Amino acid sequence: MSLPARVTTLVFAFLLVVAGVIFVAFHFIGAQPPVEDYTSYASNGQVNVTLMTTPQTTVSTKPDWVSYFIKDPATGKFVHTTYFEVPADTKVNVTILGYDGCTPLRNPVWGHVTGVEGGVENVSYFNGKTYSAATPVSTFDSYANCSVQHTFAIPGLGINVPVASPTTVAENNALCTVSPCTANNASEALAPHSVVTFSFTTPKAGGTFRWQCFIPCGGGYLDGNGGPMSTVGYMMGQMEVQA
Amino acid sequence: MAAETPTPVPAARSGGRRDGLWLLVIWIVLSIAGSLLVYIVWGPHMPPGAMSTSASSQQFDTRVLGTMAAPVIIGVLLYFGWAVAFWRQKPGDDTDAAPIHGNTKIQAAWITVTAAIVLGLAVFGTYELIAPAGNGSGQGPQPAFNHGVLAAASVTSWAPNTNNILQVQVIGQQWAWTYRYPQFGGFETTTLVLPVGQQVRFNVTSLDVIHSFWAYQLGVKADANPGVNNVAYTTPYHTGTFVVRCDELCGIWHGAMYNYGKVVSVSDFMNWAHSTETQLASVTKLLPPYALTYDPTVLANVGKVNQQLGLTSAGGGYYNPADPEQP
Repeated sequence: MSLPARVTTLVFAFLLVVAGVIFVAFHFIGAQPPVEDYTSYASNGQVNVTLMTTPQTTVSTKPDWVSYFIKDPATGKFVHTTYFEVPADTKVNVTILGYDGCTPLRNPVWGHVTGVEGGVENVSYFNGKTYSAATPVSTFDSYANCSVQHTFAIPGLGINVPVASPTTVAENNALCTVSPCTANNASEALAPHSVVTFSFTTPKAGGTFRWQCFIPCGGGYLDGNGGPMSTVGYMMGQMEVQA
Repeated sequence: MAAETPTPVPAARSGGRRDGLWLLVIWIVLSIAGSLLVYIVWGPHMPPGAMSTSASSQQFDTRVLGTMAAPVIIGVLLYFGWAVAFWRQKPGDDTDAAPIHGNTKIQAAWITVTAAIVLGLAVFGTYELIAPAGNGSGQGPQPAFNHGVLAAASVTSWAPNTNNILQVQVIGQQWAWTYRYPQFGGFETTTLVLPVGQQVRFNVTSLDVIHSFWAYQLGVKADANPGVNNVAYTTPYHTGTFVVRCDELCGIWHGAMYNYGKVVSVSDFMNWAHSTETQLASVTKLLPPYALTYDPTVLANVGKVNQQLGLTSAGGGYYNPADPEQP
C-alpha cells in the first residue's frame, strides 16, 4: 500500500473512532427527554400546564419505575418527559393528575405547601366513580394518613407542592397499570387518582429551574434515591422559563 | 583516542562566593518585601474572608502560611532565574560544569531550618485547629459531650447576648438543606438566618447519604452524615449574605444543592424567628421531636391505612434484598 493510501486509511479510521465516541456521548449519555413547549399557549399572562404521576412507566425500558408525564399542549396527549418550557413573568396554572399510591414523606417538612399562590393547593379525589369537590390544603400529614404520593418542588423558586394520593386501602390496591393513565389509554381513565391544582408566577428574568420529587420513591434502590429519582424524565426534570 | 584535559572553570560560572553573597542579599530583601506584601496587602483579601470568627481564623492561617511560603518560593525562583541568567553554558563551550561537593554546614543548616519550619507549622496548625475553631463534638465553647455527658445548654429557649449559644440544626437530604431552630419551637425551614455578633452552634446531620454543609463566607464546613451529629461553631461579624453549598458528591443534583443564608441584626433575627415559628406552626407539630439525629425508617404515629398498606417506614427506607435492581 502506498504512503498516501496508508495515511488516508489512518485518517479515515481515526475520524471513524472520533465519530463513534461523539455518537455515544450525545445519543446515549447526553440523551435528553423531549421538551413540552407551553410558551405559545399563554394568554392574558397565564398558561395552563398539566402533569401526571404514574405508578409505573410501561412506555419505557423501566416499566417498574414511577414517573411523571407532561401533557403535550398541541395534541393533548401525555408524553413521557419531565422537561417543559413556559414564558417568563407569567402565571402558571398547574394541574397534576396523581395516579400513584401513597408513601410517607422522608421529611415531614415537605408536607407543607410553599411558594404558590395563596399558600395552598386545591385537591380533588376520584375514587373510581365520582370526583370529590376541590378542597384547599396547606399541610399534609403523610404519617397519620395515606395522603401523599410524590411532591413537585422547584427549590430555586421556593416551591413545594405535595401531590395528594388516593386515601384508602382499596384505592391504593386498584391503581392504574398502564402508563400514561389517561388520554392515551381510555381504559385506564377510571383508576383512582387525585387532581391537584395550584398556581405560581414565573420570574421576569427567565432561566432554567430544576424540579424534583422529595419522596425517595426509587423503590429497591439504596435510600430510595436511585433509579427514577436520579434519572431525567422520571421523577425530576427542568422548567425552562423563556424571557 | 586522545585524553581530554579538564579545563579550569571560571569562578563566576561555578557559582562562587560572590554569587552566593549576591543571592543571599537579594533573597533576604525580596523575602522581607514579599512576606510583608503577602501578609499586609494580599492577606485581607484571602479566602474565605472575614465574615465570622471561623472565617477570620482560617484567613489568618492562610496569611501565616502564605507569609511563610513567600521566602521559599522567592528563593526557588531567584535561584532559577540566577542560574538561567549567569550560569548558562556559553555558545561553543562544551566543557563540563564544576563538580559538586558536599557541604556539611549547608546541609546541616538546610535540615535544621526546614525541620524548624515544618515542626513550627505543625504546632501552629494543631493549635489553630483545636483552640480557636472549636469544631467537633468534644471541643468548642459548649461541647456536645463532656466526658460522655450531653452539654447542659438550653435547647428550648434562647436570648441574645447570653451565655446560651444559638442552636441551628442543619439537615441534609437529597437534594436540599433544611434548618431547624430548636430554641424557637423547633420549626424547620429552607432559609438559614443568623444574628450578627451572636455565637452559633451548627448541629449537622443527614436524612439519607453523606452531604457536607459548607457555608463558605462563614468559614464553616462540616460533613452531614446520617445518624451522626457533627458540630461546628461560629460567630458572624457582619451582616450580609453567604452561600451554602454541599461539598460532598451526593447524587445527580449535588451541583444544585445550594442556597443562600443571611446574617441580620439581632432584632431582625428575633422578628424573623418568632414570625416564622408562628407561620410554620401547622407543619412543626408534624415534625419528629427535636433530636440530634433522625431515623426516617422509624415512624411515630403511623396511621391505620398506612399500616394496612405496609407503609411503616418513610419513603426510601426500604431495602429489599430480593429486588433484582439492588445496587
